[in-house]
Amino acid sequence: MRFWTLFARNRSAVFGLAILAAVIALAASASLFFPDDPFRLVGQSMSPPGANGFLLGSDTLGRDVAAGIAHGARVSLLIGLLATTVAVAFGVVLGGIAGYFGGFVDDLVMRVTEMFQTIPSFLFAILLVAILKPSISSIVIAIAVVSWPAVARLVRGEFASMRNREFVQACHVVGMGDARIMLREILPNCLSPIIVTASLMVATAILIESGLAFLGLGDPNVMSWGFQIGAGRTVLRSAWWVCTFPGIAILLTVLAINLVGEGLNDALNPRLRGRT
Amino acid sequence: MSLATRRARYVLRRLLQAVPVVLAIVVVNFFLLQLAEGDAVDVLAGEAGSATPEYMAQLREKFGLDQPLIVQLAVYVKNMLTFDLGYSFRHDMPVAQLVLDRLLPTLLLMVCTILIAVGLGIVLGLLAASGLNTWRDNLISVFALVSYATPLFWVGLMMIVVFSLRLGWFPTSGMENFAAFHEGWDRVVDIAHHLVMPVITLSLFYLALYTRLMRASMLEQAGMDYVTTARAKGLTERRIVFVHILRNAMLPVLTMAGVQVGALIGGSVIVESVFAWPGLGMLAFEALFARDLNLLLGIFLLSALLVVAINLVVDLLYSLLDPRIEVG
Repeated sequence: MRFWTLFARNRSAVFGLAILAAVIALAASASLFFPDDPFRLVGQSMSPPGANGFLLGSDTLGRDVAAGIAHGARVSLLIGLLATTVAVAFGVVLGGIAGYFGGFVDDLVMRVTEMFQTIPSFLFAILLVAILKPSISSIVIAIAVVSWPAVARLVRGEFASMRNREFVQACHVVGMGDARIMLREILPNCLSPIIVTASLMVATAILIESGLAFLGLGDPNVMSWGFQIGAGRTVLRSAWWVCTFPGIAILLTVLAINLVGEGLNDALNPRLRGRT
Repeated sequence: MSLATRRARYVLRRLLQAVPVVLAIVVVNFFLLQLAEGDAVDVLAGEAGSATPEYMAQLREKFGLDQPLIVQLAVYVKNMLTFDLGYSFRHDMPVAQLVLDRLLPTLLLMVCTILIAVGLGIVLGLLAASGLNTWRDNLISVFALVSYATPLFWVGLMMIVVFSLRLGWFPTSGMENFAAFHEGWDRVVDIAHHLVMPVITLSLFYLALYTRLMRASMLEQAGMDYVTTARAKGLTERRIVFVHILRNAMLPVLTMAGVQVGALIGGSVIVESVFAWPGLGMLAFEALFARDLNLLLGIFLLSALLVVAINLVVDLLYSLLDPRIEVG
């Protein structure tokens, strides 16, 4: 319970957690409240919020904006989590190897991450999705490809600083293998910064996904917030609600995740406690 | 060795370091092209409507597409390094010319954005840190948090709804009003008028980032020993903040601004496609719709080169600003 007390000291983090819980509940109950396919045309098109039985209005074709937001929550959270998982796994493996072994491998991995951090990442993600054809898996791959270098650099730094510590030397003395030392001894010691970075990466991944979907690079088979906004921009003049509400959904979700990430940072990084 | 020669050597070394990065980007480009379905001949055949398999094989031979991969790669790298970026069949123009034509509007947008985001970010961060935990600090921090979480395209669209459609203060799209045939100063004013909303939209996210960074950096510097020394010397708080802390606190913000240039290009794709700003980002958006892969890769290469160049400039500026950084 010590973790929770530390986390709860940051009141905005608790606020963020509440919003996030609401978004997760919305995603989980989407099929319950909106059993129809969110792409289905269910009524009068361009109905303002509240009219014709549409809570948040309908779009140009008569699709329910509220249903789209509920189903879009699933896609956003799913892609955010999947992309982050892939990026973190990849970054931890490469960064860990680079930091633990050092030398030539380290140089190589660092040069590659530097290159990845130089190229304009969003443009690179656009290219990848355009070439691989838009689908959930290609979007996840694209986001992971542009996000892993940050994790790799972080993990490399942590591993390099622990490589020569006494507890690691003790492991060598008792004859432990490299893989076991890395996974069982060093990794658990640098989990906190990885968790904090990962939580903030989920927020960034959701923003990238919405940007891709806005540009027309979303998975054509699933409803997403970015797609709704992209589809609604042509009728901005006459139907402001089509773009407005999905945008608020993105804003709240990303804000909530950022707040939770900061709360995790405060609770997990005792060295930083008391600062800011 | 004099400082001038040392600096010249530094520039040379940084230029040499950029070479492998550029080469790597070209190679990545080549493999992306390989990854795509179909090759240039398929595209040509598709454009022409129909082509016999014999004719397509002949074309492949002509373009060297029947050569081993490594030979193709060598030819590709050679072409790219001479800035021969291929041909855009949609626009019926060489890609190199197309992207260079669109470079200027993007640069204008980016330079304005960087100036506003960095300048205002430093001011807001300073204001927040100097009134720690007052309403001013809280207000600025909430503003930064919200801006940091808002998708760029949505900000742009909402600004269009409020400031263009409702209030009619700014034009919804484009870079200038061609129909008005403005010249001289009138044209500058017209472009500036069109520039306001795209720049605000693009700078909001980075402004939030730099504000937070500047605030944290100010607080960190305020706890340093040299501040205690300055206070012990009897300097006024005002002088300590503006002369001693501010200078040091700005350095991480400038570093971050340099690192962020690549991300800024990504943001400008979105902002340009929202406001129909005729730059590289808008071109990328058009290329995406036209499935013009050659053009998309050309834009990618040029923007990567841009980032390398800007990083180089930032590094040099940095070594001028902070004499502790070893140039030699």
